[in-house]
Amino acid sequence: MDSEMSMTSHAAHGLHEKHEEIPWIRKYVFSTDHKMIGYQYMVTSLFVALFAFFLMVLMRWQLSFPGKPIPVFGPILEKLLGSSMAPGGVMTPQLYNSFGAMHGTMMIFMALVPALFAGFGNFVVPLQIGAPDMAFPRLNMASFWLFFVGVVIMMVSFFVPGGAAKSGWTSYTPLADFADMGPGFHPLFNGQTLWLIGMAFNITGSLLGSVNIITTIIQLRTKGLSWMRLPVFVWSELVTAFLLLLAFPPLESAAIMQLMDRLFGTSFFSPEGLIVNGKHADISGGGSSILWQHLFWFLGHPEVYVQILPTMGIVGEIFANNTRKPLWSYKVFVYSLLAIGFLSMIVWAHHMYMTGMGQAVTSFFQIFTTIISIPSVLLGTVLLLSLWGASIRFNVPMLFALAWLPMFGIGGLTGLPLGWTASDVVLHDTYYVIGHFHYMMAPASLLALFAGIYYWFPKATGRYMNEFLGKLHFWPTVIFFNGIFFPMLVQGFAGVHRRWYDGGAGWQMAQNVLWLNQVMSVSAWALAIAQIPFIINFFWSLWAGKKVTDDNPWQATTLEWATPTPPGHGNFLHPVAVYRDPYEYSVPGYKQDYLPQWEPEERLRKEGNLSQIPS
Amino acid sequence: MEIPYTVTARPDTGLYNAKVGIWLFLASEVMLFGGLFSAYIFLRLGASHWPHHILNVPMGLFNTMVLISSSITMVLAWSSLKMRDFAKYRQWLGITLFCGVLFLSVKSVEYKDKFHHYGVILKNGQEITGHLAMSEEEAMRSDVLKIKPDPENAGDFVYQLKSIFSKPEAEEKVLEIPKNEIRWWSNFVPKYNTYLATYFTMTGIHALHILGGLLVLGYFWGPGASLYKRNPEHLANRVEVAGLFWHFVDLVWIFLFPTLYLF
Repeated sequence: MDSEMSMTSHAAHGLHEKHEEIPWIRKYVFSTDHKMIGYQYMVTSLFVALFAFFLMVLMRWQLSFPGKPIPVFGPILEKLLGSSMAPGGVMTPQLYNSFGAMHGTMMIFMALVPALFAGFGNFVVPLQIGAPDMAFPRLNMASFWLFFVGVVIMMVSFFVPGGAAKSGWTSYTPLADFADMGPGFHPLFNGQTLWLIGMAFNITGSLLGSVNIITTIIQLRTKGLSWMRLPVFVWSELVTAFLLLLAFPPLESAAIMQLMDRLFGTSFFSPEGLIVNGKHADISGGGSSILWQHLFWFLGHPEVYVQILPTMGIVGEIFANNTRKPLWSYKVFVYSLLAIGFLSMIVWAHHMYMTGMGQAVTSFFQIFTTIISIPSVLLGTVLLLSLWGASIRFNVPMLFALAWLPMFGIGGLTGLPLGWTASDVVLHDTYYVIGHFHYMMAPASLLALFAGIYYWFPKATGRYMNEFLGKLHFWPTVIFFNGIFFPMLVQGFAGVHRRWYDGGAGWQMAQNVLWLNQVMSVSAWALAIAQIPFIINFFWSLWAGKKVTDDNPWQATTLEWATPTPPGHGNFLHPVAVYRDPYEYSVPGYKQDYLPQWEPEERLRKEGNLSQIPS
Repeated sequence: MEIPYTVTARPDTGLYNAKVGIWLFLASEVMLFGGLFSAYIFLRLGASHWPHHILNVPMGLFNTMVLISSSITMVLAWSSLKMRDFAKYRQWLGITLFCGVLFLSVKSVEYKDKFHHYGVILKNGQEITGHLAMSEEEAMRSDVLKIKPDPENAGDFVYQLKSIFSKPEAEEKVLEIPKNEIRWWSNFVPKYNTYLATYFTMTGIHALHILGGLLVLGYFWGPGASLYKRNPEHLANRVEVAGLFWHFVDLVWIFLFPTLYLF
């Protein structure tokens, strides 16, 4: 063990010569350094998020002003995608559907999960466990580039004849089996087929990434870092990686079967006697679209936790750091993460109450769906009680982390009525569903994403992000998130259907909630504007932000702050070992209010910093 | 920069990195094939009709034995490496590679067989399977389909065994079916029915895994073997990991064979 350590530090000592040796393309493009790969994931997925956000903003315009040309962007759409998609700058239902499908797909699979799991995971996890890099650096590079190819395929699919996929992010069959198969159908270059191929790349990438993350956490933990001393973020990444590892492959097999359906005329997901466009479908027959739903939701449900678990980890880190006291109950937090991870794998069919499953099956899924709220509430309680009696530092990361808590609460509680068949029958496929899951995926996930960026930015770049611009980013973001998603819950109760292209304009009972479309749309535009301070802040701080004077600017206790700033190749200058739990803040008998994991007790006592050894 | 535990095991886990990695990867592979197998069960339970005995069992059995043998030689290759006997390592791995190639060859013959086998579903629902007694182009143009139907005992093990080595004489009778009596006809492609769709998808993905395994093992037989001079233990670790993958792919076949050929 010690010889391994000294090797690591030796490599790090040769930092400067090493930097000269690495050519530009190996350093920034085909890098095997976990930190660079983390940045690559983060930048790519933030770009995808911006793009997918923009699709939504255009859709919201259509919902507010159905059938009217979109100002400014309408003509651009017409030029880019052809007059069949946006004649005269008016969004066609076809285009609306493809924007909806791609907004969901890209946001979930190519923005939030890569950013939260792979972006932060790559950058933070090896640092937090004291590793020189990931266990398999070249595999790490491969997983990023597989993901990147997936993103490119999705982007390109907008420009093939007929446009991008239109069957929703769930690609429900038999609709998706026959989508885009009109005149001029090309077996490969059509939206839905490219969606499947892009997803196959994305899934393979995340598979390799999760193998890498789990192996790294199991094998490369430094001396003294036992399981119950791992920072909560590492725990959250571990559970997330297991979910991705085990839940994604069934979707890959489903994607392969759907490809067979589309390219070779099989009928895994299409029943016998199906009529398409008034004609008997030319398929072999005997498939089942429920099969697709099972395979899809077996991933689709854990996927929700794949993005919410890392946010719990990020928020946990920031709470501990900025309350200046240990998390209220570290162990409850960790066991809750594990319980959520396990339970999320056995509740998938609560998305399928309307498919006519039997009473026994739905009972099973209702029970476990309800049970999963227990660890979730425990986790929220840990965070809430951690605030009790704390002298909270209200810096920008902490503001975002604090706002995460109620957003997660609303998202979770609004989910309960959807987990029970009796209320789900009423609320199914209405805007209430959209409101519920967006609270999880948009405010909760993104607030923690921003919190993480503001928190780890000084370590990654050696500069702080600007506090004022950060607050200018924070307040409108929180307000307008709710401006978009809260009215959705209201519209849902009125029965407005989630996929209506005209936003309910044609439906009698929707009339008294139609004005909310404008509220949501204006909020969406305002939210877009609220991101400008962030973008300015990000790039301005990168080059001109206030310099970090200490390697540990937030006075934190976890290992990532023991590295030089920014960390070089090999991460640590000296061998690190861990002597205590992750969140030893305000330790009695110690003159500072934080006691880092890597400070040896002998040294502290010799220097007179420790009057007694904390038990 | 050195990553710890690539060659030696971490003391508390007793494993080197790649071994943890491969077991995790194999867990995900279990889920991938698990998705396919559960789809098979789901579809078969819901099917009104499920064809039997349309695959060549002797061929599948032969291939099963080929793969099991290759697993044994794989272990022998690894143990030779552990005992630092490079020549034997090359030899055993060579046999493993040969078995893999043999498997894929037999599989491609089976595929070709299926593509030359035709099925006709008449309007009254009756299904006739056999070989065309005319060229494919002729069959497309003609109003009458000339087909040599499979004999009654086509499902028998002995018949199937004979059919590998010779054209069975029973096929001489030619049936002429007017096209207006046919609901549809085609060779045995994935589209023909859900059973064949399952067969081609599952064995196809399995074959891709074999191909991937062959590429990796071929690399360790050829260019990758030079690692032996620098760090024989590292090579042994790599071969062990590749071997675990190889065993897994064999194991999948051991499930596929009864599922598709026998039941």
